Amino acid sequence: MDILKKSFKKSIWVFHLSTAACNNCDIEVLELLTPRYDVERFGIKLVGSPRHADALLVCGSVNAHAKPRLLEVYRQTPKPCLVVAFGSCGCSSGIFRDSYSIVGPLDKVLKEEDPDVKIVYIPGCPPKPEAMIEGIVMGLGAI
Amino acid sequence: MKQTIIPLGPYHPLLEEPEHFKLYVEGERVVELDVEIGYNHRGIEKLSEGKTWDQVPYLVERICGICSTSHPMAYCLAVEDLVGCDIPKRAQLIRVVVCELERIHSHLLWVGLAGHFIGYNTVWMWAWKYRETILEICEKLTGNRNHYAMFKPGGVRRDFNKEQIDYGLERIVEMEKPIRLLTDAILDDPVIHKRLKGIGVLTKKEAVDYSALGPTSRGSGVPWDVRYDEPLDGFKDLKWKVIVQKDGDVFSKGVVRLLECFESISLIKQALVSLPEGGAIDADIREVPPGEGCGRYEAPRGEVFHYVRSDGSNMPYRHKVRAPTFNNLPTFKASCKGETIADVALITASIDPCYCCTERVAVVDKNNNEKILREKDLLKLSVDKTKSIMKKLGKTPPLYNMEI
Repeated sequence: MDILKKSFKKSIWVFHLSTAACNNCDIEVLELLTPRYDVERFGIKLVGSPRHADALLVCGSVNAHAKPRLLEVYRQTPKPCLVVAFGSCGCSSGIFRDSYSIVGPLDKVLKEEDPDVKIVYIPGCPPKPEAMIEGIVMGLGAI
Repeated sequence: MKQTIIPLGPYHPLLEEPEHFKLYVEGERVVELDVEIGYNHRGIEKLSEGKTWDQVPYLVERICGICSTSHPMAYCLAVEDLVGCDIPKRAQLIRVVVCELERIHSHLLWVGLAGHFIGYNTVWMWAWKYRETILEICEKLTGNRNHYAMFKPGGVRRDFNKEQIDYGLERIVEMEKPIRLLTDAILDDPVIHKRLKGIGVLTKKEAVDYSALGPTSRGSGVPWDVRYDEPLDGFKDLKWKVIVQKDGDVFSKGVVRLLECFESISLIKQALVSLPEGGAIDADIREVPPGEGCGRYEAPRGEVFHYVRSDGSNMPYRHKVRAPTFNNLPTFKASCKGETIADVALITASIDPCYCCTERVAVVDKNNNEKILREKDLLKLSVDKTKSIMKKLGKTPPLYNMEI
């Protein structure tokens, strides 16, 4: 456990997935990697597999079709992992709250699977890249 | 040769949005391709039936984060078509400015992602660096980087002041040079030529047959552009031309997008210069009469179509959205066949797909089991509905056979 805690102090590898989002937060996540914000200088790196990730960046409200996949990805991520809920949709399902296809905000869905899940909420539609960086850093501080 | 199925997605590092491709391959060649979507369905059409006419633009701009002015634009055009009102000149030109800013940032986004897909991350970083400046202009003019909330039926919500107009003009003129540099660099690069030329060819006939839209059709020599074919109020008086390329491969689609950026810059300049002093920015629609209206607008990816039906109340009775990717998606059947697996990811990205826009239907039963609707199932649903309506109305079933 201590080794894992230690690992969070260094470079954070993140896996990004979008569960019924509007694409905007996804683009803003990519925006973080481009020269203006360039989070790779802090060691935050986008990886291709959840098995390599320290943190999951989840954009969007969760719909019924994406829910089993989200849980599958969460199970594959090594624990302890940080889950970052991006945007209003990730935090509270936002404007899509009343829709028939939405099964609930991200925290509700994940807490059914794992009650101890650690979630950072970054509200905004879409959150500004500066807010995203701050959110991730604060989340790491909390762990 | 033995056929193998290679799954791509739904959460694949190359795909920004969740979608699932099934590639049927023989050796290295793709012989058939299947797309499964539904991971992004949010029931927007149904939600919009519970919102008032003025609230719907906020919802439809969240259909997609990249075309977040095209959907409200098409919706507003549909409501204006239904009401039959004229938009003040200043509002028309403000709409042109916001829409064209969005087009530039969307096209630069595609260029960057295409570079990323062929493993040429320099192009990605370079294109997105300039895209950031466009977003800065957006933020200054509208108040947000994306999701501008500028449009309402009858006009726009916010006016530009003198300072914003000067800033926009200055920055957009500055942008022409770096985008020219980027375009020339990409069009001269031998590696990009080798990777993109002759790949995923969509012939003119196929483009017409599949009703491809936007840069996908214009890259194949079909000059379809709603802004031009059905002149919108703002675009009528401005000078610009439709960019068409003949080859139909991924390279032509890229060239169309890059050259369109310059047309957009020119449109923004003309619109900002000719913005009339003062005046109303809103036609002030008080009541929406019963009836129906259609709105068509050229999003960066192609034509967006919105249909609204009113029963005279303060909410739409029915709202239908058709996004360009819905038409462009089936062109994969023509353009992906016979290509190698390495090129398929690029070809599927070449139409600039937007699955968030496209997903209008999902079927999920009570036990959370998914169901895929094939053509036969959709036909059956339609026939069943007609039958039930007939039963309700007490009409006799038709003489011809309605069974499938």
